[in-house]
Amino acid sequence: MSRTGLRADLGVIASLIEPEEKVLDLGCGDGSLLRYLIDTKRIVGRGVELAEAKVLACVRNGVAVRQGDLHEELRDYPEQAFDTVILSYGLPYLNDPAFIVTNMLRVGKRAVVSFPNWGHWRCRLSLLLRGHMPSAPGDPQAWDAAPRARGLTIADFTTFCTARQIRVVTATFLQGTRRVPARFDTNLRATWAVFELR
Amino acid sequence: MLTRSTTGSIGLIETQYFTFAADEPLLLESGETLGPITLAYETYGQLNADRSNAILICHALSGHAHAAGFNAPEEPDPGWWDDCIGPGKAFDTNKFFVICVNVIGGCKGSTGPMSINPQTGRPFGLSFPVVTIGDMVRAQTHLIDHLGIAQLLAVAGGSMGGMQVLEWAATYPQRMRAALPIATTARHSPMLIAFDEVGRQSIYADPNWNGGDYYDGPRPNAGLAVARMIGHITYLSETSMHLKFGRRLQERARFGYDFETDFAVESYLRYKGNRFTERFDANSYLYVTKAMDYFDLSDERGSLLGAFAHSAELIYLVVSFTSDWLYPPYHSKELVSALSAVGADVSYLNIQSTWGHDAFLLEVDTMTELLTSFLNRLVKRFEIRPPSGSVR
Repeated sequence: MSRTGLRADLGVIASLIEPEEKVLDLGCGDGSLLRYLIDTKRIVGRGVELAEAKVLACVRNGVAVRQGDLHEELRDYPEQAFDTVILSYGLPYLNDPAFIVTNMLRVGKRAVVSFPNWGHWRCRLSLLLRGHMPSAPGDPQAWDAAPRARGLTIADFTTFCTARQIRVVTATFLQGTRRVPARFDTNLRATWAVFELR
Repeated sequence: MLTRSTTGSIGLIETQYFTFAADEPLLLESGETLGPITLAYETYGQLNADRSNAILICHALSGHAHAAGFNAPEEPDPGWWDDCIGPGKAFDTNKFFVICVNVIGGCKGSTGPMSINPQTGRPFGLSFPVVTIGDMVRAQTHLIDHLGIAQLLAVAGGSMGGMQVLEWAATYPQRMRAALPIATTARHSPMLIAFDEVGRQSIYADPNWNGGDYYDGPRPNAGLAVARMIGHITYLSETSMHLKFGRRLQERARFGYDFETDFAVESYLRYKGNRFTERFDANSYLYVTKAMDYFDLSDERGSLLGAFAHSAELIYLVVSFTSDWLYPPYHSKELVSALSAVGADVSYLNIQSTWGHDAFLLEVDTMTELLTSFLNRLVKRFEIRPPSGSVR
């Protein structure tokens, strides 16, 4: 948690949003990021969330939210309907990440994604030394936890973007809650990454 | 979860009547005219100083203006949505001025086929003009004018009430700020029309119906009861029938091998059917189901975008229920898709429930939480002040 009261990656995402933007948050949870952006940047926010309890929490937070699966709901929005489309910690849980990211860039002028980096050295050591499949940095989960996460690394995501000619505008890396500069060994050192895409 | 609300009752409420279109009759969608028109309505709570806290509740097929409280101290049951309307409830009458109106074509005080035709001095019967959901809503706007309300805070309703909500949003977006269509559809499906037609046929087949001219003699109660029984089946779900009745026998230990009531579910349907004939007019059943069947906000290509193109400024809360097979969740999702496509501020929840279409009246806890949160958002967003001296 940062001084904004948001999870560290959400703090980074919030810092990228300009006042009065139109923002779509995919997998918006209880709506705290949208609430924060409405209160501090007067954005127009929309959220999509699957879980009934979280949808109720969003409405309690005064946020516009649709219950549904991202793979279906994203189809409804016209081209460039939003300034920014956010996907925080959603990538490892998607059935079809390419479809989602492509459509984020269709309905939004830009997309911002955040994810934990399974390339972090602790993850690597977990498999190498202890023989356990690594869980996301800072989010210990057994391999059989539900929903199942499919881990990815910063290198994986960079390759993914290059292959699809998705332009990375900015990339911010976190070690815990602290921002760290990009270096040759970022994929070893960073626990989280936030990518701004166009 | 099914718990009866324990918060306060609005108490004793008197149904009121408003008559309009006496000089200039209302032009109906069919091209016919109707007038004078009387609307039966009830109000709960007080208008605030700037008249910005009014919420119109629209009722379903068999509903009426009596949505909350009691019309008489000895009345056994309160109004039909008393679980959600009253002090401290979802539609909190300490904050909001809540209005419920009986639809035209109905039989609970508003002008309908059992009303006296002023030209003949006899009940209209089938000479009553066919009305649509649009006509019902247009009539309601006259009452809202009469109450001195320029803009409603919200229009809310389930089932046929939800159709009126959508009609309001599509036709009078400037007269409201939020729309809450619940367990409803923007287009009556062929399956819904089919069920309605079976209900109507059972009324036509009752010899007492007599072409709709029965007000001087015995009523087509058998036909109306069967229509209601069909309706009740569609309001339940297979799971809720299992839970409610199973294969239990009614007041007998083994099969009777006769045609008396064997099963609990038969007994339930017969009871509900018969009770309905005590409170509903068969001709009204024909008119109101016909109005629903005509309801379709989509254009020739089946798109809803046009209907809501000028209603994108409203705030929507769309609610469906997982086990509702009469107005299945994908009807609501289609609506949500259209509203999202036009850029509207829409929230949507498909509430987990086993109670079928009836869930919109039965899932009180989830509905209360959802409606309360949504209405609170409206209060903050539009700075809605409570009425003065609202603390009861």
